[in-house]
Amino acid sequence: MWENLLSGHLNYWLAAVLLLIGLYGMLGRPNLVKKLMAMNIMQVAVILFFIALAEKTGATPPIEVKGLHDVSAYVNPLPHALMLTAIVVGVSTTGVALALLIRIHRHFGTLEEPEILERMRL
Amino acid sequence: MTAHLPVLIVALPLAASVIVPLVSLASAPAAFAVACLTLVAGAVASCAALSHVLAHGTLRYELGGWAPPWGIEYVLDPLSGGVAALITLVAVCVVVYAGPQDKGGPARGGMFHGLYLLLVAGLLGIVLTGDLFNLYVFLEISSLAAYALLASGGIRGTVATFRYLIVGTIAATLYLLGTGYLYALTGTLNMADMALRLTAVMDTRAYGAAVVLVVVGLAIKAALFPLHGWLPDAYTYAPAAVTGFIAAVMAKVSAYALFRVLYFVTPADGASAQVLMLLGWVSVVAVLAGSVLAMAQHDIRRMLAYSSVGQMGYIVLGMALGTPAALIGALLHLFSHAVMKGCLFLVVGGIRWRTGIYRISDYTGMGRRMPLTMAAFVVAALAMIGLPPTLGFFSKWYLLSGAVEAGAWLFVAALVLSSLLGVVYFFRVFEVAYLKAPAAGQGTPPRQELPLHMLAPILVLMAAVLVFGLLNQQVVGGIIRHALPGALAP
Repeated sequence: MWENLLSGHLNYWLAAVLLLIGLYGMLGRPNLVKKLMAMNIMQVAVILFFIALAEKTGATPPIEVKGLHDVSAYVNPLPHALMLTAIVVGVSTTGVALALLIRIHRHFGTLEEPEILERMRL
Repeated sequence: MTAHLPVLIVALPLAASVIVPLVSLASAPAAFAVACLTLVAGAVASCAALSHVLAHGTLRYELGGWAPPWGIEYVLDPLSGGVAALITLVAVCVVVYAGPQDKGGPARGGMFHGLYLLLVAGLLGIVLTGDLFNLYVFLEISSLAAYALLASGGIRGTVATFRYLIVGTIAATLYLLGTGYLYALTGTLNMADMALRLTAVMDTRAYGAAVVLVVVGLAIKAALFPLHGWLPDAYTYAPAAVTGFIAAVMAKVSAYALFRVLYFVTPADGASAQVLMLLGWVSVVAVLAGSVLAMAQHDIRRMLAYSSVGQMGYIVLGMALGTPAALIGALLHLFSHAVMKGCLFLVVGGIRWRTGIYRISDYTGMGRRMPLTMAAFVVAALAMIGLPPTLGFFSKWYLLSGAVEAGAWLFVAALVLSSLLGVVYFFRVFEVAYLKAPAAGQGTPPRQELPLHMLAPILVLMAAVLVFGLLNQQVVGGIIRHALPGALAP
């Protein structure tokens, strides 16, 4: 059973754990930068999930080897291509979020959510 | 030319969003003109595409010449064509309303119009794409542009936007994860191809998880109660034109995506039927909670924002009922709510821009100060309540008859009750604006009508509420019936 767990599903379990860590950080941490870092962790979890989908036992990277025309000899390149796009999306989201955080920090001098809410009420 | 329409409708604003900020460095009026012309061209193209599709059938475009299911496909059918026409027409109204935006220097105006065009391109992409992963990319393009636009409304807007960004990214990531499950099950991302392959795997647990993840992701983006937390703050503190556009179409496009996935991709029974049943109950709560929360607000922008939460419930309720009349009601309400709520937010934003007033209790005498603007408010508000012969009446009528058709009497009761609550919170505004005398010693303030470029879009949307209300049979029979999923279409 353990053998099956490790060879078959371990990477999916790890992706799920990362996803939940990210979700907890985004919803549970009061510091806005930590929320942002948690957001990145959650995105990385999904990226790893897709990469794990592409994996085949004993296959090589999807770059043509001379004379090797068997599809099952290469890992699936499509999830990799999708995740390149997802990484770009993640980087842009992080960039926009950091720009917002700079503005918030300039105005309030802090990035702790409770303090910001306290000052907005005044 | 016609064959290229599906991709042109998206590519045009996307290209202009890069060009406009550059043009604005040379000349601000020229940048504004380019933005306007692009959107008008987009509106003409999508209306032409819609009429072509209604006459000759669905247009499919293979991006880069790669045939689906390997390549990305853009699909222009009556459903996507209709929503695209709605987006572009509202976009034209709002860009005129926003004006050149050159207060903070011409470069700032260029940035505004660039981001605005990017938002329009993203929303059109969501609507026209026939590929689940491409939908994710456009979802994020439109969201990123929306974050930047919403954050431009002062420091409160920035804080609200950061929270929206966090929640919106959770939503998009859940959607992406669900798409990953669907890809793992079927080996395809093309919607039409996936619809064929999903029937074979619909008994697996992975399929159930995938449907739930995709639906939760899109429901957050559509601000379906209780996942609406990001919406009121984001709408309240943003600039008037931005809220006007985003409130009118952005959540609707997510509702469209929900409709597309649940009725065109997933098989009708199995997990998606269960999800739809659950969505029905959730949306009943949304309809009531949105209306009650709207009643409790003193800030008129927040009142409208919570009313949007309730109205999204109407649309999802129609989808959940699933009878032909209910689906027609959902699609017609998607259209009518976009026009009505766009009009209301433009009025409220204009009043705040002119007088600085945004609390309902300060609206005294507004009926005399800004008669035309308030008249538009009254018409749109009556449509929201659902008075004939406005568009809002007919969309609620179809929803109600759909609920009766399905024998869902509790839903009927909820629809009627929430309309009554709508009467309460809108008549409160009418009372203050028209009947309540100004406080003693203030006298009547002078007439301060909005400038023409702001007033005209408001009046156009108001006219649309009335005209399309009268033409509702043509809209339903000519467009919406053809947009229903295959089994229900005539």
